Amino acid sequence: MSSMATWFNDFWSTYSTLVFTVGVHAMMALSLWLTLSCGLLSLANAAFMGIGAYASALLTLQAGWSFPAVLLAGGVAPALVALVIGVPVLRLSGVYLAMATLAFGEVVRITILNMDITGGPEGLNGIPLATEGWHILLLLALTIYVLHRLRRSKVGRAFESIKEDEVAARLMGINVARYKLLAFVLGSFIAGVAGALNAHFTFFISPREYGFENAVDFLTMTVLGGTSGLVGPILGGTILTLLPELLRFLHDFRSLVNGAVLVLVVLFLPKGIWEPRRVRAWWVRRTGVSK
Amino acid sequence: MLEQQLLNALTLGSVYALFALGFTLVFGVLAVINLSHGALFMVGSYAALAMVTRFNAPLWLAMLGAMLVSGTLGLLVDVLVLKPLRLRNAPHLIPMIATIGVSIMLTSAAQGLFGAEAMRFPEETLPAGEYIVGDVHVRALEIAIVLISFILMAVMFTILKRTQLGRALRAISESPKAAWLLGIPVERLFHATSFVASALGGIAGVLIALDFNAITPGMGQPMLHKGVAVIILGGMGDIRGALIGGLFLGFAEVISKAYLSSQMGDAVAFGLLFLILLVRPAGLFGRQLERKA
Repeated sequence: MSSMATWFNDFWSTYSTLVFTVGVHAMMALSLWLTLSCGLLSLANAAFMGIGAYASALLTLQAGWSFPAVLLAGGVAPALVALVIGVPVLRLSGVYLAMATLAFGEVVRITILNMDITGGPEGLNGIPLATEGWHILLLLALTIYVLHRLRRSKVGRAFESIKEDEVAARLMGINVARYKLLAFVLGSFIAGVAGALNAHFTFFISPREYGFENAVDFLTMTVLGGTSGLVGPILGGTILTLLPELLRFLHDFRSLVNGAVLVLVVLFLPKGIWEPRRVRAWWVRRTGVSK
Repeated sequence: MLEQQLLNALTLGSVYALFALGFTLVFGVLAVINLSHGALFMVGSYAALAMVTRFNAPLWLAMLGAMLVSGTLGLLVDVLVLKPLRLRNAPHLIPMIATIGVSIMLTSAAQGLFGAEAMRFPEETLPAGEYIVGDVHVRALEIAIVLISFILMAVMFTILKRTQLGRALRAISESPKAAWLLGIPVERLFHATSFVASALGGIAGVLIALDFNAITPGMGQPMLHKGVAVIILGGMGDIRGALIGGLFLGFAEVISKAYLSSQMGDAVAFGLLFLILLVRPAGLFGRQLERKA
């Protein structure tokens, strides 16, 4: 028993940051899944994460707020921004929306880079370590629970019908604009909380972590895992966080694998790794038991 | 001082326009936002550098080589990635996501092969002349950049507006299916468009690399974002819009860098783009098209 505990302590001291990162990335992939489930491809989620991270870190460092309050503020700040820009931006659809959110993300990054209070390109240093494993676990579980309930609710069905056919959804009397805004704002809230959690265990944040590349990373996680359910994004987030660690021997070529994964998944697994129907069929084939 | 800034803006703007021309051409004809266009631009500059430093090729030959390399890669992207997605009738955003993957692969491959450090063309390979007109210092290099950009753009305009090939491409951009029914070899023209557009991206990469004399694996990313800004300014798929949008962005950027702050110059460009998307999603000069994206 005690050797088990020692093993766990060793493991934890080496890999706790990695485990924390898996949790944060899973939350980010879920936030992207939420907007995608309403048919919106937003490339602004990394920027929302950044707004949450900076807002929470500044409130901790400069205003001395308590950690729970800071986490809440980390979610609320980007949600407010999303509410303001969402009204005009969500009139766009498809690639136009993707481009507008990309531009918004760049504006956020460059603004953070140029402000004094954010520390500019050097970022913010010395953020107290407040995040513990169970915080991430709890908030991730809460996110999954809320999204799971949402999916089965009227709201979730409205999202799905908008994703399938916006015009038909409107004809059925669904207030498309309001539901899209809801998905956008909720997604930004989750991203912001993830950013706040992240800021309070990495000690240091900089504008570099919230740019276009990061938005793309989160998108890759969601697409790789699959968007048909909640398992997909979590799986994708986990795989793409652990993969670079396993591929350290590739050095500079490491992120080549990320790109290749994205291309191959889009080409050969259009629904992602976790596709309930296929997984079930595979299970039945292997065991001969149908649930 | 202002004249000098205007010259810089013209140089920068003409390369932006050239880059955006290929970008917008692919969108117009293939209806795909090719987010690997920035990476193909970067590949072009490395290809030219390799030819100059390893094979002692003259600069003009290196430029042709860069066009060939980037063009071939662009063609491969179309054949290996975009074509299967077309055949599957994938939703519009899927090809765009796939090209993000291509972009990551190319950027990472360049970093692995050449390192993250900035590389330069040897000083003696660059055109050296400098002329003084009034107070303005005009480098021969800048003249060459502007001339090459405008000549290539003029060639493209002529092809698109005056030839049978251009008419076929315009027909495809209206409706690929109708064009196919009329006997236009749509697939072959998709490939040709991908090649030419990527070749233009590649030479734009060489020109920017010459202008700043720095080549890095990450140089495609900011350029891609600027390309996005330009084609949204000018209207997506609009060839003339790419020219005007590119020059406009060049001027907006240089002026705001000169009179605001050097970093905020970029934010101005994106803020502007953001506003235009909200007010006129079809671009400054575009007609409103209803394309189900």
